Amino acid sequence: MPATAPAGTDPARIRNFSIIAHIDHGKSTLADRMLEVTGLVEGRRMRAQYLDRMDIERERGITIKAQNVRLPWVCGGADYVLHLIDTPGHVDFSYEVSRSLAACEGAVLLVDAAQGIEAQTLANLYLALENDLHVIPVLNKIDLPAAQPDKYAEEIAHILGCGPGEVFRVSAKTGEGVRDLLDAVVAQVPAPQGDPDASPRALIFDSIYDQYRGVVSYVRVVDGRLSTHDRCLMMSTRAAHETLEVGVIAPEPVATGSLGVGEVGYLISGVKDVRQARVGDTVTSATRPATQMLAGYRDPKPMVYSGLYPLDGSDYPMLRDALDKLQLNDASLVYEPETSAALGFGFRCGFLGLLHLEIVRERLEREFGLSLISTAPNVVYAVHLETGEELVVTNPSDWPEGKIAEVREPVVKAMLLLPSEYVGAVMELCQSRRGLLEGMDYLSADRVELRYRLPLGEIIFDFFDTLKSRTRGYASLDYEPVGDEPAELVKVDILLQGEPVDAFSAIVHKDKAYAYGVALTARLRELIPRQQFEVPIQAAIGSRVIARENIRAIRKDVLAKCYGGDITRKRKLLERQKEGKKRMKTIGRVEVPQEAFIAALSTNPDSSA
Amino acid sequence: MSRPPEGEPAPPDGTLPGPAREQLGRRPFGVYVHVPFCTARCGYCDFNTYTASELGGGVSPASYRPLVEAELALARRVLDGFPGPVGTVFFGGGTPSLLPADDIVALLDALGASFGLAGDVEVSVEANPESLDRAYLDRLVAGGVTRLSLGMQSASPRVLAALDRVHTPGRVVEAVADARAAGIGQLSLDLIYGAPGETAAEWRGSLDAALSAAPDHVSAYALTVEPGTRLAARIGRGELAGPDDDVLADRYLLAEEVLSAAGLRWYEVSNWAGSRDARCRHNLGYWSGADWWGFGPGAHSHVGGVRWWNVRHPSAYAELARAGRSPAAAREILDPGARQLERVMLGLRIVEGLPLGELSATGRRGAIRAAADGLLDPVALADGRAVLTVRGRLLADAVVRDLTD
Repeated sequence: MPATAPAGTDPARIRNFSIIAHIDHGKSTLADRMLEVTGLVEGRRMRAQYLDRMDIERERGITIKAQNVRLPWVCGGADYVLHLIDTPGHVDFSYEVSRSLAACEGAVLLVDAAQGIEAQTLANLYLALENDLHVIPVLNKIDLPAAQPDKYAEEIAHILGCGPGEVFRVSAKTGEGVRDLLDAVVAQVPAPQGDPDASPRALIFDSIYDQYRGVVSYVRVVDGRLSTHDRCLMMSTRAAHETLEVGVIAPEPVATGSLGVGEVGYLISGVKDVRQARVGDTVTSATRPATQMLAGYRDPKPMVYSGLYPLDGSDYPMLRDALDKLQLNDASLVYEPETSAALGFGFRCGFLGLLHLEIVRERLEREFGLSLISTAPNVVYAVHLETGEELVVTNPSDWPEGKIAEVREPVVKAMLLLPSEYVGAVMELCQSRRGLLEGMDYLSADRVELRYRLPLGEIIFDFFDTLKSRTRGYASLDYEPVGDEPAELVKVDILLQGEPVDAFSAIVHKDKAYAYGVALTARLRELIPRQQFEVPIQAAIGSRVIARENIRAIRKDVLAKCYGGDITRKRKLLERQKEGKKRMKTIGRVEVPQEAFIAALSTNPDSSA
Repeated sequence: MSRPPEGEPAPPDGTLPGPAREQLGRRPFGVYVHVPFCTARCGYCDFNTYTASELGGGVSPASYRPLVEAELALARRVLDGFPGPVGTVFFGGGTPSLLPADDIVALLDALGASFGLAGDVEVSVEANPESLDRAYLDRLVAGGVTRLSLGMQSASPRVLAALDRVHTPGRVVEAVADARAAGIGQLSLDLIYGAPGETAAEWRGSLDAALSAAPDHVSAYALTVEPGTRLAARIGRGELAGPDDDVLADRYLLAEEVLSAAGLRWYEVSNWAGSRDARCRHNLGYWSGADWWGFGPGAHSHVGGVRWWNVRHPSAYAELARAGRSPAAAREILDPGARQLERVMLGLRIVEGLPLGELSATGRRGAIRAAADGLLDPVALADGRAVLTVRGRLLADAVVRDLTD
């Protein structure tokens, strides 16, 4: 048997690595080239972003689910196996990134030679260094006219503490430098170490749901051997399952019967739900279980909550089924039914972050044909009452009426990378979001790293968009949660004709309550059509009104002429108006078109902040 | 120009479904004759009308009569067995007064020969003040025309210019005098309010000017910006300000005040009459579910719950009419829901209102709420009828939506 045969590979011939890169810096293209030069995928069968399987991933050019592939490579006359583990590239999925990195010994740091390193890349680079990965710095897109490889090689060298000459230069598009890079992976990345005779331990770095096969988990074997002869055991849940199939991805799944030390592949255990095979969990043998889990497992914790409601109330059961299906593939998505007086029946959903929210929403709309309204997202607040009671509030409507002793809100450490000319603008933005400057470094003469402590609630809505627009797209952001802090927060209610509209309630800092109230009441005055009576719109904290607008009563709603030729047309117009009226939500006696809710909820009325 | 509604195909021979024909004779029967000609197109107008240059060959005011006569022959075949008579005739347009007076009279005679005319038949002709003279009017009155409706629109030269009207304000006074002298029975003036730039004082001036001619009847219409018109385009480009609903409401209230002070009472949202006899019986037919046949391009008809409408362009119409085929473009057979909505939508527009018995349970609840909101007359409601107040007239469409399921 050759030393590189699947299931029997000598760990000394294995190299496990991932690619750390910012969106658009060419990670998927580089992976595509690697598939080609290793001969794994023939040119004519090649398609762009081969490893990104979800449509959404291809369209947005990002990787949401981690993928992996086993690449054969000959170097110095010897056969090697390279496992490329493709990682998700967004801040919302940093835990998933950390698990993918934990499955590797090395990482290729891929940076666009025309743009330099971005905040997320830097954050993931730090993650890689924390995991003791060997990092190979690479500049991509050297074929671009705008490329400045010398400048950015200096920058990377400065960050990594290496020489600029050690930075590889490739073009993933043309393939230039890709072979040399693969040789460097063999030469520089350490071979995996593990005890082949110990009880098996394998790290799950991703799980996907396949409608034909159930859950497919991607694993990296650390010790021992995962085999179809053994039942497997998920160490976090203590649940045992049949080991139905194990294999490698090359680049289609190939069953191998077992996987040995250092190997990367997949495991099918008949579970129907990815929550039973969570990312970060350790798989062992049920008959000869390991005693120690691999380090670093944690339950996914939603950071951002939002209400999702079907535009058409009769779609509620469809939405429930769709969420059930998505959850099969997304262990971090949580939801429970909720009812809104304004929006009807829906679900309170918890997400890892804003991108996660957007992706889930988009998949619900695209894959399940649903039209949805989402309420303004909010974070998780810990509210301590004077009675000593403590509440966890993920929804403004759960905000307590009683006397509040203290409210704690989640805070994050944010890292922002930007051209130095925008430092003032970004500092101003962070300050307006209650940010605390914790540090500032020049990465090079004209690029700055800003470190801020920010309330998560201040950045989940439109912070990223505002940041991009204030820096003409040049700034990048990454953040990580660092616990919670007390904050002076209040709940602002919006009332129509004295009736509170739950969908518009928001938890905001007391200094911003007035601005929120003024902005939202003004916006609603524009969005809600005039009614047959005057409609006051108020913003209130408890019983204290902080802003007020009036929608004047409509005075004319009649067609001047209605003769023989007008009747059919006018009747059809009325029929359409009546249909529209049925779709309206009635708050008290005020009819509010759904569009008004959507428009009022779609952008932050406080976006001028 | 407003698009015709969508409907199902109409049969080429114009045949009506049996149930619709059986209802003929139970309701008043009217005739509308559309005259699709104008000397110039007004910027606000989306009616089916054409200037000489827009017409193309084959159709002109002088050659129009035989086409209507051809459709009349078809109507006689389709309504086989219907004994008549015709209770009202309305020549509308366009500008009917562009037809030779003899042709109008001849068409009236032909209608009489086909269906018979009622002894008290009301025969209305719309006219523009600039295209009228005494001899013409004499001929119409002698030929049986009983009612003249003059498109006055405004007494302000500035407003007339904004509306692209070609006559001068003074011309209306002369035309009214001529019509009276010719012995016309009923005289009505049409007014438009809310034109771009019109002031409240100008509107008041137009009302006063109209009243000084002592008309039997006034129609006052809020300017409606119809898509596709020159006016809509100019407003779209920002050259003119569009009408403001609050201003239109004020203008309407002023019209109500000034006209009723002069003894004209509203009997339909946009119509006021000096007496019961001065009301336009033909138009009342539209609002009370009567049957009528509309002749000419783009004309709409209704018989027993079937509505149809003719092809719009005069040449297309001419081709079908000459071939003896139905000029109908499409039709719709009203289902009970549509009939109910129409009954409420039309019935509420008139001063008699709607018997509460014709409303659904939801509608009756809506009526009580509307009365509480000041939109329906509480006295009439207690009497079992839904009748709009003046504020209700301004919100009639909203009331209709609240009074139907």
